[in-house]
Amino acid sequence: MAVDEQVLYSVKNVKKHFPVRGGILQRVKNHVKAVDGITLDIYKGETLGVVGESGCGKSTLGRTILGLESLTEGELVFNGNNISNYSSRQLKPFKKEMQMIFQDPYASLNPKQRIGDALEEALIIHTNLSSLERRERVLQLLNEVGLKEEHYERYPHEFSGGQRQRIGIARAISINPSFIVCDEPVSALDVSVQAQVIKLLRDLQEKHGLTYLFVSHDLGVVRHLCNRVLVMYLGQMVELAPVHKLYENPTHPYTEALLSAIPRPTVGRKRERIRLKGDLPSPSNPPTGCPFHTRCPIAQNKCSTEKPAWREIDEGHFIACHER
Amino acid sequence: MKETVLEVKDLVTTFKSADGPLPAVRGASFSVKKGETLCIVGESGCGKSITALSIMGLLPSNGMIADGSIFFNQKNLAEMSPKQMQKVRGNDVSMIFQEPMTALNPVFTVGFQIREPLMIHLKLSKKQAHMRGIELLKMVGIPSPVERMNQFPHELSGGMRQRVMIAIALSCNPSLLIADEPTTALDVTIQAQIIDLLNDLKEQLDMSMIMITHDMGVVAEIADRVIVMYAGEIIEEGRVEEIYENPQHPYTKGLLASVPNVDDPEFDLKPIVGSMPMLNEQISGCRFHPRCPFAFDKCMEKSPETFQVTDKQNVRCWLQEEGVEQNGGRRASSL
Repeated sequence: MAVDEQVLYSVKNVKKHFPVRGGILQRVKNHVKAVDGITLDIYKGETLGVVGESGCGKSTLGRTILGLESLTEGELVFNGNNISNYSSRQLKPFKKEMQMIFQDPYASLNPKQRIGDALEEALIIHTNLSSLERRERVLQLLNEVGLKEEHYERYPHEFSGGQRQRIGIARAISINPSFIVCDEPVSALDVSVQAQVIKLLRDLQEKHGLTYLFVSHDLGVVRHLCNRVLVMYLGQMVELAPVHKLYENPTHPYTEALLSAIPRPTVGRKRERIRLKGDLPSPSNPPTGCPFHTRCPIAQNKCSTEKPAWREIDEGHFIACHER
Repeated sequence: MKETVLEVKDLVTTFKSADGPLPAVRGASFSVKKGETLCIVGESGCGKSITALSIMGLLPSNGMIADGSIFFNQKNLAEMSPKQMQKVRGNDVSMIFQEPMTALNPVFTVGFQIREPLMIHLKLSKKQAHMRGIELLKMVGIPSPVERMNQFPHELSGGMRQRVMIAIALSCNPSLLIADEPTTALDVTIQAQIIDLLNDLKEQLDMSMIMITHDMGVVAEIADRVIVMYAGEIIEEGRVEEIYENPQHPYTKGLLASVPNVDDPEFDLKPIVGSMPMLNEQISGCRFHPRCPFAFDKCMEKSPETFQVTDKQNVRCWLQEEGVEQNGGRRASSL
């Protein structure tokens, strides 16, 4: 996977806050800060992994980048165009360039729609192909993701989870996008099928020069598939590094704990595990200062009052921590 | 040699359907010794959860144990009436489920649900049960247990709920604990906490445990012995070191090769082709042969026998038979 240093998508201080309503008048009482100030450059041809525990805002980040959620604050620059305030009509040509693969292959397909029709839909909206050409293209897509031509007429319930995820992938690449957000595309699948889908994603990337934003909680899959990895905690950036640096030299205490917590499929080797105290704090009422200080093993007084700066400690390796 | 707590023999569990009975478990035999952790691994639909539910007597109404026996402390659980099972369940054998939110009742407090088994099985008074409940919550590492007793499940986080489930399951000092994917719904840092807790408690209380999971990493952390299931059958069984360091069945090898290794960037991911067969699919011979890279003629005709590799490791695969060319033909091409 060759990554040239050309920025495809630039995300600047993006925030997404969801209002929490309550009381008789349903007034806004609070905000859930799902994504709270993310600044990123996504390079052409790379796979950028976004990892973190549930509730850290990684999925919301993916959805916000695609314009599926409105921005609370910040800027989105795609291929040099600032698209943050575009109307939906202005956005249409950009939507063609950005697609998404969803987590749950059971929920993301319409049970009453034939597979052929589901794949054709994006072609109707975004291209001027005739119905014959569209059919041709759909058959080619089915072939490309490892399905058969006779699957054109079938309904989603006739497919297994792995096959449905292949359909989801075919739908995402149908209009030749350059950028795909994969939101936990393999978490709902069994391990043997999971490996098949990972392989497919990799082959397609090579063939079409795709750029992926790969949202996942599975650090093994991320190491296998990604070039760079962003670790998020409570909507904020914790560490960003090229994949080998992050796994061999994790610097933020949260990244360290996350990596040490993964159960390894090897026996006999007892590793020292960093135990984190307690649970993830509520994102509607995040701790002051460093968001991680309540669970951090090396937290000092400073961490609870002052927000750590985002700084580069090595080439391409960024962290937000006072102590490291 | 430690005494055997549970002995399952030729268990067949079927489900009623319009096309006749569908076998979900096809003749599983295994045993669990005192103080031992047995892991059952396999992908969804392999029958691992149904095996557990058969032991617990919790099969859905369209499922039944068609054949075989389940001996627990010299009593055959497979022949017990539902009433007799109630006395065993939650008392001698208890179970933890995957999703703690659906396993706990949302309209009762944690205290009510933890007192219930204590009052039924141990005949404690409400007050005694309450005190014991607080002790149990403390044992599973829940902070401020006195206040937690009056809270409802929705007020707790996922990890806390799973701890409450464990406290309830352990309330009557069971000699066997069955854990069905207890950490699958949890985040890795919380998962690590729960695995440590289960390991500690098992040691402390000297109970046996059956852990059902699909995560090969979790198995390596917790198991003494491992059973690998595929399409309703046990295809390999052995000590955890044997399974990881010297797997014999092609499916076990495939399973280990399809988990990306976090510590090794050069790890070569090798998916198993195809997918798990449906329950009603008729497969002649070995049920894995359509997906097996080493399958030869005999595999398609005859169901494999069980071959012994070491004193603890058994494999159901024709490749183990003497005289089969181990390095020839299709075998060399992969794995």
